[in-house]
Amino acid sequence: MQNEWLYIGIFLVIGIIVPIVPLVFSQLVAPRKPNPIKQSTYECGIETVGDSWVQFKAQYYIFALVFLVFDVETVFLFPWALSLKQLPLFVVMEGVLFIAILVSGLVYTWRKGMLEWA
Amino acid sequence: MTADQIIFLLCAALILGSALLVVTTRKLIHAALWLVVALFGVAILYAILQAGFLAVVQVVVYIGAIAILFIFAVMLTRREMLDKGAQTRSNWWLPALLGLAILTGLVFLIIRQPAFGRTAAQIPVGVDTLRNLGNALVSPDAFVLPFELASVLLLAALVGAVYIASGNKK
Amino acid sequence: MTILNDPINFIAGWMRSLLTGWGLPNGLTTVIIYFIGITVLIVFAMVLDILLVWVERKVVARFQDRLGPNRIGPFGLIQPFADIIKLIIKEDITPAGADKLLYNLGPVLAIASVIILWAILPLSAKIFGVDLNVAVLYLVAAGALGTLSIIVGGWASNNKYALLGAFRMVANMISYEIPMVVVLLIPTILADTMSVQGITQAQSGMWFAILSPLALIIFIISAIAELGRSPFDLNEAESEIVAGFHIEYTGMKFGLFYAGELLHAFTFGGFLAVLFFGGYGGFFGLENTGFFSWLNNPFVQVVVFLTKAMFGYWVIMWIKYSMPRIRIDHMLAFNWKFLTPLALVVLVNTAVLSKVLLGLPNWGYVLGMFFSNIVIGYIAVEILRAYGRNQRKAEATLSSQRSQSQEQAL
Repeated sequence: MQNEWLYIGIFLVIGIIVPIVPLVFSQLVAPRKPNPIKQSTYECGIETVGDSWVQFKAQYYIFALVFLVFDVETVFLFPWALSLKQLPLFVVMEGVLFIAILVSGLVYTWRKGMLEWA
Repeated sequence: MTADQIIFLLCAALILGSALLVVTTRKLIHAALWLVVALFGVAILYAILQAGFLAVVQVVVYIGAIAILFIFAVMLTRREMLDKGAQTRSNWWLPALLGLAILTGLVFLIIRQPAFGRTAAQIPVGVDTLRNLGNALVSPDAFVLPFELASVLLLAALVGAVYIASGNKK
Repeated sequence: MTILNDPINFIAGWMRSLLTGWGLPNGLTTVIIYFIGITVLIVFAMVLDILLVWVERKVVARFQDRLGPNRIGPFGLIQPFADIIKLIIKEDITPAGADKLLYNLGPVLAIASVIILWAILPLSAKIFGVDLNVAVLYLVAAGALGTLSIIVGGWASNNKYALLGAFRMVANMISYEIPMVVVLLIPTILADTMSVQGITQAQSGMWFAILSPLALIIFIISAIAELGRSPFDLNEAESEIVAGFHIEYTGMKFGLFYAGELLHAFTFGGFLAVLFFGGYGGFFGLENTGFFSWLNNPFVQVVVFLTKAMFGYWVIMWIKYSMPRIRIDHMLAFNWKFLTPLALVVLVNTAVLSKVLLGLPNWGYVLGMFFSNIVIGYIAVEILRAYGRNQRKAEATLSSQRSQSQEQAL
């Protein structure tokens, strides 16, 4: 295994342990006096009305979908970007074609009104 | 047992364990988050195989986009995020037996392959895999047509999703 | 290889000889050396984080024409330590019905997703964590983990305002990730590599901020949206949903969220410096002349890098404390209808020009890139102004129609 990814792996492990240290320390040191008023859900200082489920707007899902398509597109563009210096101009045109096809998708989404936060 | 093998076994156990928890846990949000752990385990596998680009792309696309889409979908559709009811049907032994039979058959077939016991070929030093991937994706005698077709596929996915969603909006 | 020229490798070599002299196998030695190096780097990042709390409070105070903390210690320097002690000894109130494991996981994941960015930050040519050949995408991947931490924190609090804040924040962050990733392609094309060391070294002749100023502007805007700071700070819209997804977090957990946000901002300032302002180098070729050869010293490079990173952080703070918050629908419309197409146009422009301008001498290349960016920026601003003019005209005719119909009705 490459040593770089071993380094990143150990970094991730220590990066998760380091914030846990002050949390554990806080558990040891801080007072602990739970009572129902302190533990009730916060709603601007008044009693909670209704249960804790909020109707999720469908618009969030559509934005996440458009984001997904464009995320995959930009990931495809990274290897293309690395090959530009060595290969001739038509390589750039291939990438431009790729981007143009997906921009037409964005225009379609826009015209259909899916990008409005209604 | 080299260190590589130990790490691979731990990683495989992580993926299989979290995949099992995805389908058996009762709370939907926990299932989505265990799926994130399983996908992260696959990214670790890619890193072990020295495919660094694929490992990072796995995190960016799968965990950063698809898992978030799953979580949004779960929160959009379910009012009750808890799975009540029995976890198993009354005749669960029959599918379990069939699954075990298929698993045994597949393992048997794979072990008999001549390539099974070999270690992976080492990538020669000095070969820049990332640049080779880039060159392969855009050169006309390699994979440029699938590259462009991928964009058409993404366009189709986007148009389909927008069409279905716009029908519901009215 | 002395301690002054190449400190990390010198110390690593000395420790390796020491440990193998004690009889440990080679692989274990590597792991131990990595462990020690990583701990030192992370402790440095956390101490820097504590200093950043002080910097933030002083700077916001000066922007608001007041003094900031100046009681505790000289210039208030001990103030962050007092804050940490206060947060640790505060009671940790877990709301009823909260998901225990996820509730504790949220802040841990938030800080972890920022700390892992320090593995690739190039502090100097010889002092860095690891030189990944996919470092630019690694930056995006760490952002993805940060997004996950917000969902986990918002969901686990069992509070509908926290959940609402978390949803809006995540929708905001994922939307602005697209222009950011597209703009990250531009240093990749200009430097022909995805590794941050390569990008820094490619800027030794000319900063990428001059080659592509529009990319710099788009990166700053999307970075501020990714960080969740004003004017895109929906998660902490104090006047709207109190504290967004971290309403229910008390004590040190809130401290970790807050410190994580500041460290994230500084790390993005660091990446701004690396990607566009030459990182630890970028001295326009000066360091090769005999008089300025001390610019190649690793410690000088670290100081240069931290200065540029602090400048980037200051720009981010400046924007935060000068601008009002933007509404969510305006933010998303701005991203998908303006920033993403603009970023794609700049990308295509950079890719085409990087091939077309190859034959020209260096100054022709720089001027060509720079002016193409200016032209695109001018056209974009003109489109916005035309759009604004049409909007105002429509409003004017609408209100005049309304007042006419009111007169007729009277």
